[in-house]
Order: sequence, then C-alpha cells, then structure tokens
Amino acid sequence: MEPILRVENLTHTYSAGTPFERSAVQEMELTVMPGEFLGIIGHTGSGKSTLIQHLNGLLKPTEGTVYLDGQDIWADAKNIRQVRFQVGLVFQYPEYQLFEDTVYKDIAFGPKNMGLDKDEIDRRVRQAAAFVGLREELLEKSPFELSGGQKRRVAIAGVIAMEPKVLILDEPTAGLDPRGRENILRQIRQYHKEKGNTVILVSHSMEEIAQNVDRIVVLKGARNYMEGTPRQVFSRAEELEAIGLDVPQVTRIAMALRRRGVDIDTAVYTVEELKEALLRLKGGGADA
Amino acid sequence: MLKDITLGQYFPGNTIVHRLDPRTKLLAVMLYIVALFNAKSVLTYGIMAFVLALSIKVSGVKLKALTRGLKPVYIIVAFTAIMNLFFTDGTPLADVWLLRSITFEGLRQAIYMVLRIVMLIMGTFLVTYTTSPISLTDGLESLLAPLKKLHLPVHELAMMMSIALRFIPTLIEETDKIMSAQKARGADFETGSIFQRAKALVPILVPLFISAFRRADELATAMECRCYHGGDGRTALHVLHYHKRDILVLIGFVLLAAGIITLKILGL
Repeated sequence: MEPILRVENLTHTYSAGTPFERSAVQEMELTVMPGEFLGIIGHTGSGKSTLIQHLNGLLKPTEGTVYLDGQDIWADAKNIRQVRFQVGLVFQYPEYQLFEDTVYKDIAFGPKNMGLDKDEIDRRVRQAAAFVGLREELLEKSPFELSGGQKRRVAIAGVIAMEPKVLILDEPTAGLDPRGRENILRQIRQYHKEKGNTVILVSHSMEEIAQNVDRIVVLKGARNYMEGTPRQVFSRAEELEAIGLDVPQVTRIAMALRRRGVDIDTAVYTVEELKEALLRLKGGGADA
Repeated sequence: MLKDITLGQYFPGNTIVHRLDPRTKLLAVMLYIVALFNAKSVLTYGIMAFVLALSIKVSGVKLKALTRGLKPVYIIVAFTAIMNLFFTDGTPLADVWLLRSITFEGLRQAIYMVLRIVMLIMGTFLVTYTTSPISLTDGLESLLAPLKKLHLPVHELAMMMSIALRFIPTLIEETDKIMSAQKARGADFETGSIFQRAKALVPILVPLFISAFRRADELATAMECRCYHGGDGRTALHVLHYHKRDILVLIGFVLLAAGIITLKILGL
C-alpha cells in the first residue's frame, strides 16, 4: 500500500542567517499509511509542532520533501490551500481561534473556504458537530458562551468539517480535566473507527498515546528517536524514562516488579494487559 | 512580515552606552534633538553626524540594525525630500524642463531635511536599542517625577508604557499562531481585492482582541493579588544612580547643544 503521507529528510531552520538561528527539525523521516492511527510523542522542543506544520504546508521545509499521496506538496505552491483541506490540522488550544458569532458559522468557516455549496456545508457542519458530541441547539449559540471543553470541540469540529483525509491533533486534551480529556479522546477514537481516516495524535503524555494509537513515533532533540507499535516502544521503557518521557503507570508497575525479581513482561501498557500478565504468572505454577 | 517590527527592541550589550543611566540617555537624546534642529550649515551638520557616528561606534550597535529601523519611514523621508526639492523658491538649477522647478536652495533644503530625519531616528533608536524597556520606563518615571506635583499620574503612565512594551512580542507571537490556525482552515490572506483582504482579517482580529482582553484581565488580577496599589510609597528594585560618566556625557551634550545654537546665531 502507498503511504498517504511521507516525509523525507526534513530539516527546518528558524531565523536562518541571524544569531538566533536554530534547527527545530533535523533530517526527520516519517511515513503514514492510510487509515492509520499514529501517535507522535516528544518533549517540548523535540520538534513535534514544527514537524506537523510541514504536513499541511504551513511551513516550507528548509531541506527535504513532504509527499501527500506520492505528490510533493510544494511542487506547485499555488495548490497549497488544497493540501490544507486534505490534511486537517487542529492546533494546540484551538478554542482561541474561534471568531464567528455562532457555533454553526465557525464550524462552516473551513468548508466555506473550500467553496462548497450551502447544502453540502450544512451537511458537513451537522455531521462534524455530531462527531464531537455537540448538541444541535448549541449550533446557534455564540461560541463565547460555551465552556472551555465545548469551545475546544467546536474548534475540532471546524477542522473535521473539511473532511480531511488526514486529521492531525496537536495536544487536543491540554488543559482539560480528566473527564473532558477522556471525552475528547473517545470521540477521536470513534471518528477514526467510523470514518476510517488517518489520524495523527501529537502529545507528550504516553498514557494518552498508549491507549489510542496503532503506532508511535518518538522524537527527541529535533530528530527521530524511536518508532514502533506501542508494545515495541514500551518494551524499551527504560530508554523512554531516560529521555524524560513518562511511561504509562501500569508499565511502571511491571518494571518495578521486574526490578524486584518477578519474571514479568514489561511491555504492557493497559490495566487489562497487566492483569493478564499477572494472572499468567500465577497460573504458570511458580510460587510468585 | 511580523518579524520586521523593531519597536521596543533591545540588543543587550556591555558597552559604556549600555551602562549609562537611562535618564542620562533620555536627556542626552533630547539635547541631541535640540541641537539637530538648530543645525543649519555644513559645519553644524558635520558636527552632529560626527557625534552620532561616535555614539554608534562606542555602542557596538550594528549600522544595519539602525537602517532596518528606518524602513517604515522611507516613504515619509522620500515625500519630504520631494516636497522640499520642488517647492522651495530660489534660483533654478538649469533652464531645461524639469530642472527649472528645482532650485539650488530646494536641493540643499531637501538634503538637510533627509539628513535631519535620518539622524533623528537613528539617534532615538540608538537609545532604545541600548536600553532595556524596563530601565527606559524607570528613567522616564524618574525624570517626570516633578510633574507629580501637578497631579499627573506619572507612575501609572510609566507602568502602562512598560506593560505595553512587554506585550508587543507576546501579541506578535499570538497573531502568528492565530494566522496559522486560520490558514489551516483555508483562510486566504494573500489574494483577492482590497475589500476581500480586509474581510479576511476578521478571523484574525476577533480572536486577537479577545485574547488581549483576557490577558489584560489576568494581568490585572495577578497584580492585585500581589497588592499592587499604584505608585505611592513604592520602592524600586533597581535604584537609579548618576555616575561620573553620566555627568560627563550630560556636560558633553549640553555643550553640543549650546555650541550648535551659538554657531547658528553667529551664522555659521
């Protein structure tokens, strides 16, 4: 299968030619398959935000190429808006970008820029609102009357309404309480399942990434560091902790047990898996 | 585009110009401006240019940084030059076509005007480039202190100024972020008629204003939480002191202004 997005040897340098010159991304590689749920994780300053802004052409690579469906997105700079409609990017704290006087109009901003007709816009707005769990009667309200969590959902709906092939979310749960966090994540999971579209989740919380994605890309210091399924990545939990990333709590429990001499698989990352692993140990007949 | 804004920019350094008391720099630049506006001849302009060049050299500020600050006023400079060139009475340059309306006096006037504006801006930029916004407002507050007797809210004005300066980079960053977010939703700021482009600004301006008000609100709360109650009885972390070098520099600039005015009266 052809990858939907491919990044080759990407380098981005900010303020080139001044004393403030700084490379935010260096020789990065990334391949995203259609329908995949990918997680990108890394510390502040690891280059996550810079990387994803290249995927929809908000930033132009200093070096390297970004391919969407096998096409260099910068081959014709005039078409860059089309790329942005196909690769939807939800920024961090997206609620600060709301500006219209009703929720409906704000969600319709993207589809309207695409030049769609009124009925199509209406269909997309309602569908997107349903995906993020906004009730119909909220559509006619002002976005500024809503709660923080609701505002964020409006902003996410605004990107979903463009029906992008790839949906990228940069820290979609930042600053929300645990319930709001779980709600948003559940809706994103559901969106992925129902639409079958590619979703890229960017986060610095391992917990969040571990429970949602099929594959994880770990970035460190503007470069690729590690890549694989959650199981592969968490089997190297010590390395993750060494670069200052938190591993899920259950993985930590397994690691602690192992340190105390219990022969347990540490590549577990959900409560369910830990339970299984512990039961296996018990059932295995050892005196543990 | 937004990165070109140089207002309130400060280049840290450790030259004698950087170490001068901010009040000295403010007074010196005022005396410099007085002198500049009294310069009327090649000799006096020469002296002023020499003083400016010397200050720039000592401060270690790159000439390029100063000329970059001139960018926004190029149009004004060009406009003044042309106005002076064509609308000054006197002897025409030559008796051919366009040159008839340009006079020798006009040409001289235009050159002087351009020099005056450029030197004025460079001089003031030199002060803001070498003085941190905080010490600049401290200096301003201290210089304006006598006006408190007239019930002018000097401290509040200085506080407003430092807050405004402090938030310029924040607002620029915020604007950049909002622009990216709206571009990601297909907003188009680069094409279309003037009317369409003005309309395209709404998705930037509304969130920007909202966030500016939110920030102002948060800042006010934070200040109140730390018992801010205005300038009465407030002490300063950095107490300003005049040093020997300040007095020398001030004497120098007083002499400069006095000298230029004397030369002007003498008709030189």
